Parts: sequence; structure tokens; C-alpha cells
Amino acid sequence: MRMGSTVLGALAFAALAAIAPLLPPWLISLATIAFANALVVLGLIILWRTGLVPFGQALFYAIGAYAVALIGRYTPIRDVFFVVFVGAVAAGIVAYLIGFLLARYREIFFAMLSLAMSMILYGILVKTETLGSTDGFHVEAGSFLGWRPQGGTRNLAIFWLVLAYCAIAAWLVAYYFRSVAGSLTHPIRDNEIRVEFLGVSVDRLIHLKLVVSGVLAGIGGALAALAVQHVDPAMSYWTTSGGFVFVTILAGAGSVAAAFVGSLLFELVRSIAVTLVPGEWQMILGTALLLTILFLPEGLGSLVSRLRQRWRRGTAP
Amino acid sequence: MKRFHGTFVFALAAGLTFGSVAVAAAQQTAAPAAPPVKLGIVSFLSGPAASPFGVPGRNGAEIVIEALNSGKAPAPYDKVGLAGSKIEIKWVDEAGSTAQVVTEFRNLVQRDQVDAVVGYISSGSCLAVTPVAEELKALTVYFDCGTPRIFEEKPRKYVFRPSSHATKDSTGAARYLLAKKKDITLFSGINQNYAWGQDSWKDFVGAMGVLAPKAKVDKELMPKLFQGEYGAEISTLLTSKSQALHSSFWDGDLESFIIQSGARGLQKRMPFIGTTAESSIGRLRDKMPDGTIIGARGPHGPLAPDNALNKWFRSIYMDRYGTAPTYPSYQMALSILGLKVAWEKAAAKKGGAKPTTDEVVAAFEGIEYDSPSGNVKMALGGGHQGIQATAYGTYRFNKQKNEPEVIDVIRFNAECVNPPSDKTSEEWIKAGMPGAKC
Repeated sequence: MRMGSTVLGALAFAALAAIAPLLPPWLISLATIAFANALVVLGLIILWRTGLVPFGQALFYAIGAYAVALIGRYTPIRDVFFVVFVGAVAAGIVAYLIGFLLARYREIFFAMLSLAMSMILYGILVKTETLGSTDGFHVEAGSFLGWRPQGGTRNLAIFWLVLAYCAIAAWLVAYYFRSVAGSLTHPIRDNEIRVEFLGVSVDRLIHLKLVVSGVLAGIGGALAALAVQHVDPAMSYWTTSGGFVFVTILAGAGSVAAAFVGSLLFELVRSIAVTLVPGEWQMILGTALLLTILFLPEGLGSLVSRLRQRWRRGTAP
Repeated sequence: MKRFHGTFVFALAAGLTFGSVAVAAAQQTAAPAAPPVKLGIVSFLSGPAASPFGVPGRNGAEIVIEALNSGKAPAPYDKVGLAGSKIEIKWVDEAGSTAQVVTEFRNLVQRDQVDAVVGYISSGSCLAVTPVAEELKALTVYFDCGTPRIFEEKPRKYVFRPSSHATKDSTGAARYLLAKKKDITLFSGINQNYAWGQDSWKDFVGAMGVLAPKAKVDKELMPKLFQGEYGAEISTLLTSKSQALHSSFWDGDLESFIIQSGARGLQKRMPFIGTTAESSIGRLRDKMPDGTIIGARGPHGPLAPDNALNKWFRSIYMDRYGTAPTYPSYQMALSILGLKVAWEKAAAKKGGAKPTTDEVVAAFEGIEYDSPSGNVKMALGGGHQGIQATAYGTYRFNKQKNEPEVIDVIRFNAECVNPPSDKTSEEWIKAGMPGAKC
């Protein structure tokens, strides 16, 4: 079964990459953003399973994005693999440092403290006039190991790049969930003391999860910056974090695949809502979220497991 | 712990749902006719910038396009729609992340196949959309965003901005202040700490440095955006002997500051120069102190020239919405009219056939035309950036008529308050505003 889902996931990503040139270009740009954000959501799921709601994940998202933008502004380096790597490392370092503080808190305290951290970065960026303050600045187009695509080809190339990162991240996170550290997520949520008695430091485990989710958010931000070609401080504002929490609720923390499906669905619903009711599109999103909570409290991902259960019960002798 | 999740999530959902209820705007689309021209119109329809800028901008577009489609606009705009084709509107909300704004722009161009996009209020949106518009070769007309960076960083081909950029708001304010108070020696400023506030203050101080080198800056206050409570700032200002207070505050922050400082008599010591204050006079009415220097980001609203186009625009707007149009409405109107002039010039060359984007672009560059707020000249950025005259005036609340008035209006030529085409705004002010024709 596990081997099965890995193969299935790999096939899904490969199929998406293969049909991408046939899809309309607007859908490609929408999906690029959706999947870049899905990486952040994937990081959120890791913490979510432990019972932690980070309301400041935009901090790492913005650091990844600004790292890419700053390299483009002050150095001649344009290689996408290198800049995304720097973005991920920068976000990871920040996550490691603030982890010493954050890992000691739970529940609302954790949520609010992480929110505060992202708002500190927001405040600093807004006050930095050389970086365009709230207007932000342009991100230089990347090159792919020396190849510099233009226009539509560039968007397609970025989409493939995002897909590649997503596929690797999905596989690694699924692997992590099956490891000992990963399996201890639910127990931490249910009874921390018991986990401590197993001889595991819960704080260190949460610290690790924070770094992993920070790195994922950093990669997401770096890819989003490359796709949008513009960064601004709003990337670290709390509404951005709220958006990620929203998608996580929609997707549910049950499976890795849900992060990608949920994020794509969210972008599609939002885009359709903006088209249908330009002034009240938030209303549709809010309603969708409320309905999800009421009827699918475990998120969209739980639909699959429910079906699977029903199928098993049906075929059981 | 589970319950914690639930409550948290529920609060978030409730917030998102009910937050949007606060914003209400009637949505209508123009009736389609034989080969219509599709326009994407982007403005803030939700969020804090909706009520001061987004909705007035949207209303301006709605009313002007309706008049154009019915052929009822005054000459020279009396041809139906754009060169005889009716205009079909696709409304889009500018609220949301920059990624969202860019995605929606791509959707307009690639999915909805609009012929042109008119819109954008936030300078961040304009800066982010510009390279995408160039990439997609999509004709894009900005109507309100102020940053001069768009055409100063790089020459653009498909992007236009008939409304003049923010530099003239600060140079105009300095010139008006000096016309009223020649012997000023000390002034202060209170501006929001974000791009618009920082740029406005920098340009104002630069212009004052050129025009009145003896005047010194006293207090330089940069509270954060949407702070709303200015007790400490007002106390600081009350200790100052400044003879004027510059501010680019808008909407909520402007109104809070005026009311809070009014209660403590600040304006009796130093008159307030509000570069965007015009958009708030309809709500502040007698709470706005007499003697406040009023700007409207150009010759818009009560500072607009007294011509036939202005009378027409004002009356159709008042008839529909019951309030006077503010500067975002004027900026929207002049942007749509600019597009119409360029479109019809391109169509005339083809004997009335629908022009291609490249033909409209070529026709748009460097045109000069009349709008409800006077003459517009596409003079900067290789003919892509408009310049206009600007005007400042002094506020007075007319108690007999029970309505706000702007008196002592002084107009400044476009060439007096805008940089020439071969210099960026910053260079021009630093160099001492050479070549300013006043």
C-alpha cells in the first residue's frame, strides 16, 4: 500500500509535467503559485499533526522569497537551483534560531509567538526604503543551468521546476512521517508526558519539525518569488500565514497528497470566485471553509481515506 | 488540544466570511453588442483601500463607460464605446497578495482575452504587473498608483499611465505653501511609514530645500500604517514651533489624525497640508479645520477646472451615486478617455476597423487630450506617462450652505511641478528642479 502511494504520487507528478504544455498558460501560472504554496502547507501539516498551528509561517516564506530577490539584485547569480537552495537554507537557519524560543510553547502561545515573529520581519521590511518598502521590488528572471527561457517557455520551465521540488518534498515528507520521529507526531499531540517517558525530548522533536517546515516554506517562497517576479513585505504579513492555515484546514493534515490537491483547489475556487462575484469573493471562500469544517472536519484528504475504508469493508470476506 | 484547533479554525472561518460582508458593491456588466471591446477593470473592491479609492475608481469607470456605450458623452467623446464598439467590462478585485494580483492579471489577458486592462491603485501592484504586461504584450493602463519608478526604471512598451505620478503632489504642496507663507522657517511632517509616505515626505523636503533653502525640518514623524491613534505624535508636534505640517495620510488615518489633533488645537498652531485630503472632506465636513491646505493628487474633485467635461462628469456621477466624485474617480475617467482617444486614433488609421494592440500602443504614445480634470499630456517615459497641471487650495466649511468649500485655489502648470522627460523625479529635485516653467 505504502509503496503503492509513492508510485501513484510519482505517476501523478509525471503526468502533470507531461500534459503541462497542452494546458492553457493562465492555468499553468495559477498552478505554479498553488504548488509553490503547497510546499508551505506541507510544512504546516508536519506541525499540525503535533497539534501546533503556526500563524507565522509567512516569515519563512518571505525569507525564502527575499533571499532569491536579493541575490538577483546584488549579485550576477541567476541560477534557479542555487537561489532556491539559498532561500531554503536562509529560512532553515532562521527557523533553527527562533526554534529555541518557539519549541517551548504550545497551543495559542505557539500560534501567537510565531505570528509575532513574522510581523517583526514585516515591520523591518516596511521600514526598509532601499528595498522599496511596501512597494517591494522586481525579481530577476532565473536561468536553468545556463538556459534562459523567455515568455511562455519560462513559465512552463518554472512550473516544471516547482513540480520537481514538490515531488521530492512530498516523497521526503511521506518518508519522514513513516520514521520514528515522524510517527511520534500524534502521540505528542495526545500526551506529551508519555512521549517524554519513552525517552524522547519533545522540545527537540518540535524544534526539528519547525526547521523542516521552515525549510519547506523557504523553498515555497523562493519558487513563488521566481514565478511572480516581484517580492513585497505583504509576503510576511499575517494574512499570508492565515491563507496557508486556511488551505491546511481545507486539505486536512491526513495525507501528503492533500496539501497539493487542497492548494490547487483553493487557488481555483478563489480565481473563480473573483470572476463570479468580484466584490464579495471572500464570502465564497469563507463559506467553502465553513462547509469543510462542518462536513469534513478532517479536510478533503479524509474523503480518500473514507472511501478507502468503505471499499475495504465492502470487499472484506 | 483538539478543541483548541476547532475553535481557532472556526474563528478564522468566521472572520473570513463576515469580514467580506462589510464590503458591498453592486456588480453590473454592460450589455454586450456586436463586436464589443473587452476591458478588464481592476480596483480595490474589498479591504481598507476600497472605500477611499477602490469604489470611487470603480464607480468612475462604470459611469463613464455607460455614458460612452450610450454615446451620450459630450464631444469629442460622443462616439459610441471605443470607435463604435461597445465596451464590455470585466471587474476584478485588486485585494489580495501580489501573487494573486499577478495571477488575476494573467487570467484577464490569457483566459478572458480582454483587449486592454485598466486599473491598479497600489504601487506594488503596478510594479509587479508591469513586467507581466510586457511579457504578454497586453495593453495596460494604470489609473491611480503613484510611484514614479514604473517608467523611470526602464522604458516600457505596453504600459501607460495618463494620471501623473506622485512627484507633483509634493512639489505642488511645497509651491502652494510658499505662495501662502513666504517667510516660513520651520516645518514638520507626519507620514505613514510605507512606500507612499516615505516617498511623499522625501520629495516634499527636497522641494522645500530647493524653493526655500532657509526653511528647516523640525519634527519628522513616521508612524506605522493604520496606526489610528496619534496621541504621542500630537504631543510631540505641540512642542514644535513649526509653521506648517505636511502629511500624505489618507482615509482612516487622515480622519483619525484630524479629529484627534483638532481636539487638541494643533491646527491653530500650524496649518495641515494634506496631499490627499480631498478624498476625505465629504466625510469630515466641519471637523476638518478651516485653513487646512487641500490636495487631490492633481486637479481633481473641487480643484478640477471649470469646464464642460468636468460639469458633465460631476453631474452624471452625482445623479448616480449621490456624492461628489473624488480624485480616484477623476483619475479613472481620464484613464478611460485616454484609452478611447488612442483607440480611435488607431481605428481611424485603419478606416474604422478594430485596431491591434500594437497599433493602439503606437497611437497612445505622446498624445494630448482633454479630460474632466483638464489637459493631459503623455510627455514622460517615452510618451507613456502623462503629466497634468496640479492645484492646491485652502479648506473652509461653509456653514450657510452646509457644505465644504475649497478656496484660494492656485494652479501650477504641468511643466512647473513635473520633472522633464530626461530626468527621474529624484534627480530632478536633487538638481534643484531645473527647467520648471511656472
